[in-house]
Parts: sequence; structure tokens; C-alpha cells
Amino acid sequence: MHIRLKIWRQENSQVAGKMLDYELAEVDPDMSFLEMLDMLNEQLLGKGERTIEFDHDCREGICGQCGVMINGRAHGPLKNTTTCQLHMRSFGEREVIYIEPFRATAFPVRCDLKIDRSALDRVIQAGGFISVNTGQAPEANSIPVGHGVAEAAFDAAACIGCGACVAVCKNSSAALFTSAKITHLALLPQGEIEARERVQQMVDQMDAEGFGHCSNTEACEAECPQQISVLHIARMNWEYNKLQLLKK
Amino acid sequence: MLESKIPDGPLEDKWRYYKEHAKLVNPANRRKLEVIVVGTGLAGSSIAASLGEMGYRVKSFCFQDTPRRAHSVAAQGGVNACKNYKNDGDNIFRMFYDTIKGGDFRSREGNVYRLAECSASLIDQAVAQGVPFGREYGGYLNNRSFGGVQVSRTFYARGQTGQQLLLGAYQALMRQVHLGTVQLFARHEMLDLVTIDGKARGVIVRNLDTGNIERHGAHAVILATGGFGKIYYLSTLAMGCNGSAIWRAHKKGALIANPSWTQIHPTSLPQSGEYQSKLTLMSESLRNDGRIWVPKNKDEKRLPNQVPEEDRDYYLERRYPAFGNLSPRDIASRAAKERIDAGYGIGPLKNAVYLDFSRAIKEQGEPKIREKYGNLFRMYEKITGVDAYKEPMRISPAAHFSMGGLWVDYELMTTIPGLFALGEANFADHGANRLGANSLLQACVDGYFIAPYTLGNYLADEIKTPPIDTSQLAFESAAARVEGQLRALMSIGGKLSADHFHKTLGKILYDKCGLSRSREGLEQAISEIKALRQQFYEQLYIPGGMAINSELEKAGRVADYLELGELMCYDALTREESCGAHFRVEYQTPEGEARRNDQDFSFISAWEWAGKDNPPVLHKEPLKFEFVIPTVRSYK
Ligand SMILES: Cc1cc2nc3c(=O)[nH]c(=O)nc-3n(C[C@H](O)[C@H](O)[C@H](O)COP(=O)(O)OP(=O)(O)OC[C@H]3O[C@@H](n4cnc5c(N)ncnc54)[C@H](O)[C@@H]3O)c2cc1C
Ligand code: SF4
Ligand code: FES
Repeated sequence: MHIRLKIWRQENSQVAGKMLDYELAEVDPDMSFLEMLDMLNEQLLGKGERTIEFDHDCREGICGQCGVMINGRAHGPLKNTTTCQLHMRSFGEREVIYIEPFRATAFPVRCDLKIDRSALDRVIQAGGFISVNTGQAPEANSIPVGHGVAEAAFDAAACIGCGACVAVCKNSSAALFTSAKITHLALLPQGEIEARERVQQMVDQMDAEGFGHCSNTEACEAECPQQISVLHIARMNWEYNKLQLLKK
Repeated sequence: MLESKIPDGPLEDKWRYYKEHAKLVNPANRRKLEVIVVGTGLAGSSIAASLGEMGYRVKSFCFQDTPRRAHSVAAQGGVNACKNYKNDGDNIFRMFYDTIKGGDFRSREGNVYRLAECSASLIDQAVAQGVPFGREYGGYLNNRSFGGVQVSRTFYARGQTGQQLLLGAYQALMRQVHLGTVQLFARHEMLDLVTIDGKARGVIVRNLDTGNIERHGAHAVILATGGFGKIYYLSTLAMGCNGSAIWRAHKKGALIANPSWTQIHPTSLPQSGEYQSKLTLMSESLRNDGRIWVPKNKDEKRLPNQVPEEDRDYYLERRYPAFGNLSPRDIASRAAKERIDAGYGIGPLKNAVYLDFSRAIKEQGEPKIREKYGNLFRMYEKITGVDAYKEPMRISPAAHFSMGGLWVDYELMTTIPGLFALGEANFADHGANRLGANSLLQACVDGYFIAPYTLGNYLADEIKTPPIDTSQLAFESAAARVEGQLRALMSIGGKLSADHFHKTLGKILYDKCGLSRSREGLEQAISEIKALRQQFYEQLYIPGGMAINSELEKAGRVADYLELGELMCYDALTREESCGAHFRVEYQTPEGEARRNDQDFSFISAWEWAGKDNPPVLHKEPLKFEFVIPTVRSYK
């Protein structure tokens, strides 16, 4: 395949960035999208140019590190797929492909396609855990958890923290990410006890980080590589509102 | 010189005895003690969180942008624990025995028993943290069986067990960060270990965002930096996995044990082109229901579904009737290679074998199979474009796990006092071959249940040591050396990329120090690696500057791999026997099975760095078997 690329280049967060043009011939349709970028980088290096910085690690769709905007869509054209799991057979011959970093105030660009997503860590720090210390846990089977409940908790827990939901949201809201963790922990008997404090603290932190509010556009669910459901957002809102009412 | 410090007495009392006699640090003193933990995988997150809970002051480092992305996140299949929930006769001794035997009698009895003993608590811990393990309809935990054993002792969270265990540990770590006991340094890469008066006292790291070289001091340093299987370039590991942290510690005096024992995993997706950057693993749990075969005819032209039963060679079931498709990884990988080398491989490159679910689907129905392996089938389709519910998967062996690593004693301390190694970064529990689902276990158990005791035992003697002053000469010179190394790499000014050297090295190792090895091949590999290393320092090119620069990061890792790769070949060369993942073609039975030599090789090889251009020095830790008798490992 022969493809044309327009890629966001930005040396660091202090300087302005711009889209630059590249062309790549002899792309194998079986290549993954990131392997295509590797190929481009190898060529840039051969010409003595600075290579394109992008984040990635597992290349298996599980670490959550590789997100970029491709033709205006988080992680590219396929539904529920990370960038590393996207293959060049999804693009057409001579197609122009636009590649940009995920954008949100809470995700500053560091270099080219690399961004800073540590805000998501701080949302978890605010309460995305069960307060149990090491070495004192009771026998695991002493608290049965229904098969369906465990599966539902898993569906929510499967979030890979990629930030695509934030990037596609017109308000840059982290509601899908945050609510997925809230649901995961609240569904399980072990995590339910702290559910209220957790919701309050995580939502407050989300605001403090500069993520916007959710206005139910549902673009997040459509682009989420893990098919995390917007129903979790409803649960989060419900828990949050309940808390506000009970406070008064 | 090598004192394993395994407590005397019966197997089942050793760990209890140790814990009863280990020194303690009182809570007021813990606040004065600092510990550096490099790595935030299961081993690193679990120890950092545990130490934070105990009140130590912890600094946690990783090179990814957040701790949750450590490579443990990728583990699919499951984690072992002898809970005997299935009432199928599982117990600590049996798990211990399976693991010792699986490792081909090349691991320490004391360590392996402790691994089995602590396994049950891990499940308790993870469930309490909210890990959504698979459940029966009645609400109790479910489990399945994995390669190399005949009981069901593997707990799983769909095909994403590593992800869920890691999120549990990560969340525990985040809780401590919030409480202020742990300081987090993401996007920081450790580039050197600092020792003072022979003790580990800190690290030199590079801030990957700014390029700044930083110094961090502590009363003890823990390396939990994972495995170095990415040295083969094509492997199942994440792109960033590397051996640099342990290698730099090695050059500061820590011995490395059994570096050549690399597990080759039998169920990875085959390579399909030259551009490929990694091989994706399909979980081994697929072997519970999938059957492995190749056509009996070398020139089979029919599509797999059209090949009738009588023309299929289910070679694992044929050769190993007792374990069949569940034979341990080394055996299953070698058997696949044997068929592929003999010309029976399938696929365009004839480099794969079939993993067939048609019988399981017929017997159990597609929904059941979908529930068990749905995400794996989806992943397979995404990558290959093939629907494995309709036709068999194609799989092939790939480098996967390093059994070798820093030599540690029973306390998980290296030969440098105050330097500990946990998880895949140490060599400790898996012998010459790791059984499936034992690695997540080891990483977690090291961090949650073992190191909190053994580190305390060490730190009890450090309470009078004041905070480590990083302006000392040792820090200054280490930082200057790191800075110098980076500048030297940048200024080579050749034409070839770090990846080019990595790929070339990987191919040498895969061919000559991979699934099978020979004296001749290893000797060739050593000289080829030497030449490649020389070329690296003449021809490398790194564009860009000293701040954010992935090419510079890669180059540093490849420089270390070029040294470590040579050590692997020395290690494989001196071990003149076949055991576990190490198959020397000169030492095999007439049927092509590995021939172990307990008489001469029942020891752990621990290598000392003797300086650039000098061959490494071998130290031997003899293995004592008091409780089991090494037997020929047979899965027939
Ligand atoms: C695809 C795959 C599937 C697997 N499936 C299973 C399974 O089903 N069951 C099982 O038991 N095992 C499985 N394993 C093996 C298991 O996942 C690993 O052995 C285990 O997770 C290793 O954990 P760890 O904590 O030792 O290291 P890792 O999780 O690899 O963590 C290493 C950490 O060290 C950091 N690091 C490394 N070097 C540096 C440095 N120089 N400076 C700073 N930080 C550094 C990294 O950032 C990372 O945080 C699988 C492995 C793979 C590759
Ligand atoms: S909710 Fe989905 S899109 Fe958002 S961070 Fe999690 S996995 Fe990514
Ligand atoms: S690189 Fe890990 S999810 Fe894409």
C-alpha cells in the first residue's frame, strides 16, 4: 500500500505544534498501525530526522498506553479497538491519514503524540480502591459473590485507563473512566461499604483535575476500546445525588 | 560465597520458623527508613504498597506513564493457588512437587515450598481488594487447570487475570500515594545502582520527560523490573520490557543466575512478516479445550477443516498420552518445533501448528466456549482476520519468560547487601522451566507476603543510618557515568537504528540460544554478538536531543542487551545437559527427549561480572534435595 500521513509534531509543551506531511510506500496491509509508525520512524532516522514520539507498550490492546486520534476518531476507525490492535488493512490505498494526540486540558501534550494522563491516576488515588491492608484478608470464599455480580463488576473493571473517553468527549469529561471504577468496586460486597465516600472523593478530584462535566453525548461509550457502558455514569450520578440529598 | 540462607528443619516449618525469628522494626523507626522500589508490576506495586502500609517511606519508579501499565497487565491465563476448592486432592505438597518437577529439579526446595504455602493467601488478598475472579453460580470461586498439572488450581478473571491482579495492586499503591507514604515517579528509568561501603544506597534515574538525571538515596533498594525476554526482539513481551536495571546492578556486583533459561511459550501467534515488532500470546488456558495437530502429510493442500481425523497428527496426545495437550510449555514448544523443522508446519511460512476447538465446540456448545475464551477469540480475529470458531487457530512458539535473573537468597536479597530483587527480575522459584500461572503468583507473593518480612529483617540493622545524602561522591560519580554513557551513545553518529541491532541480536539468540542449543552454535553466537556490539558502538545513530527521546531510551537498553546476550550464551554453553527450557542437542535420549545430568549439573549457575572484555566468572550454588528425589521428568 501507499499511504499519505499528516502527523502532529510538537517538540515539547512550551512550543506550538503543527501538522506535517509524510508519505510511506510499501506498507503491508497486515502491519499494525504502530508498526507502520515504526516503519516511518526508521525512514526518518535514515534521513537524520527526529523520529515521531508516540506512547505504546504492550501492543496487545491491554495496557492502555497507545491512544492517538486517527482521522478525528480516538484509536481510529474500528469500533472498540485500541490503536495497537488496528491494522493497515483498515485503510485504503493512497488514503490520507491524520494522526493527532488525544486532546484535553487535563492531558497536556508532552511531545508529538505523547500526552500526560497522570490526572487519571490522581482520580484513582482519591478513592478508587478498597481500604484493605496486606496480610489480613479473610478466606476468599467466606463472602460469596454471585456469578452475575462478579461478571458485571468485571465488565466495569476492564477499563484500561486509555483516556479515549476523555478525548472524544466535547466536554473532556472523565465520567466514563471514573464511573467504571466506582461501579466495579460498589458492586462487590467488599467495596460497597465505602461506596459513598468513594463517589464523593473521586468526583471532586475529577473536577479538580479540570475534566469537564458529562452532558450525555455518549461518544465515550462508542469509542471505548473496552465497551465500558454509559450506564455506569448513570449509577455514579445516582450515587452522587443520593449522597447530596442525604447530607442535607 | 553463595549462602542461600534456607532455614533448617522440615519443609513445612521453614518459613514459619523464619518469620518467628526475623528481626522487627518498630513503627516509629519505620518512618525514618526509606526504601526505593523500581518497577510497578505485580511485584513492585505489591511491595511498595505493603511497605507503605507498614509505615516505611517509599519511592516507587516505573518507565511507563502510570504504574498501571506495567507488563503484568498483559498476563491472560491465571494464577495458581492450592485452595483445593475442587476437592481433587490438591495440597501444598502437591503444588510444591508439581513446581519442582515442572522446573526439572533445578530450583530450591525451600523457596518453592514457600511459594506453594503462600499461594492460598494471595487469593484471599486479591478478593479482598476487589479482583473479580471467575465465580461459580453459587457465588464461590471457580478454577481451571493449566499446563503441567493434573488438578484444577488456577484462578482466573476471564482472560485478563494479570490486568485485574495488577489493578488490585495498583489501587493499593494509589491508596498509599494518597496517604503520602509512597512517592510516585512515573516515566523515570533507573540507569544505575549506587553502592556505598558495599551496600545498596540508591539509584540514578533519568526523568524521561525532561531528560534530567536524578539521584535518589534509600536504606534499601528493591528491583522489581520484570523479565528480559524481549532480548529476542520477537517475543510476547511489551515493547519497553528490558534487562537494564538488573544488568546495571550486575555490573555493580550482583550475581545473575541461570540467565540462559528462557521459557518459549507454545501458544503464541506465528510471525507473519519481517516488519513485525512482537508476537502476541494466546493464553495457554486455550489448551484446556483446544487440540493441537499438524497434517500427517507434508504437502497437505486441503483446508484444515477438510483434513479428516486419520490424516491429522495430534502429536502431543500421541507422544505424551497422560498430559496430552496440557504438557508443560518446554515440552509442548519443543514438540511443535520438532514438527515444524521436520517440514509439517502449516500456514504461509510453514511456521505454525493448529490449535483446534472443533471437538470442544461440538461437545460443549459454542456459548460455553465463548464464555470461557471469548476475548481471546476476538483478539485472534482482530490480529489475523480469522474466525477461530469456524477454523482452527494457528499457533507457534515464542520467547516469553526469563527464569533467570538476579541471584537472590531465601530473603530475596542479592549478593549486594540491601539490594533485593522480586518477581521476574529474580531467578528464584521456577528452576529450568516455569509452570503456567506460577509467575503472577510469584510476583505477588514476593511483594505481599515475603519481602515485607525479609526487608524488615535487613532494615532492623539500619535504624541508626541517617537519611542517605545524595551529594556523596558515590552518587556524584554514578550520575556522571550515566550522563557520560548517554552522551557517548548520542555522539556515535552512525547510520543504523537501535532497533536494527536489537533485531539482529534477537535473531542470533533465537537461532543459537533459543529452543535448542549446541556447543558449536553457542560459540558462534558469542563471537557474532561481540562483533555486533562493536558495530553498535561504531554505527548507531540516535536523532533528536537529550529530553524526550525514545530512540535514546531504546539504545541504552540495546547496549545492555548486547552484553547480557553474551552472558546467556556462556551460561548455556557451560551447562552440558538438557533440562527444562534448556535443550542441548548433544544431550538427548534416542527418542529426542531431554537428558538431564544430576550428577554434574545439580546446581544454580551464578555469574559474576569480571569487567568489559573479560569472560564472566561462574559460581555454583549446589542444589540439595532433602524432600523429593529428582526423577526423570516424564509426562507420557
Ligand atoms: C503475554 C503474557 C502473558 C502472561 N500470562 C501469564 C499468566 O497467565 N499467568 C502467569 O502466572 N504469568 C503470566 N505471564 C508472566 C507474568 O505476567 C510476568 O512474569 C509477571 O507479571 C512479572 O511481574 P513483575 O512484577 O516481575 O514485572 P513487570 O510486570 O514486568 O513489571 C516491571 C516493572 O518494572 C519497571 N521497570 C523495568 N525496568 C525499569 C527501569 N530500568 N527503571 C524503572 N522502571 C523499570 C516497569 O516500568 C514495570 O513497572 C505472562 C507474561 C506475558 C508476557
Ligand atoms: S472507560 Fe474506556 S475509553 Fe475510557 S479510559 Fe476506560 S477503557 Fe479507555
Ligand atoms: S500498546 Fe498497550 S494497549 Fe496499545
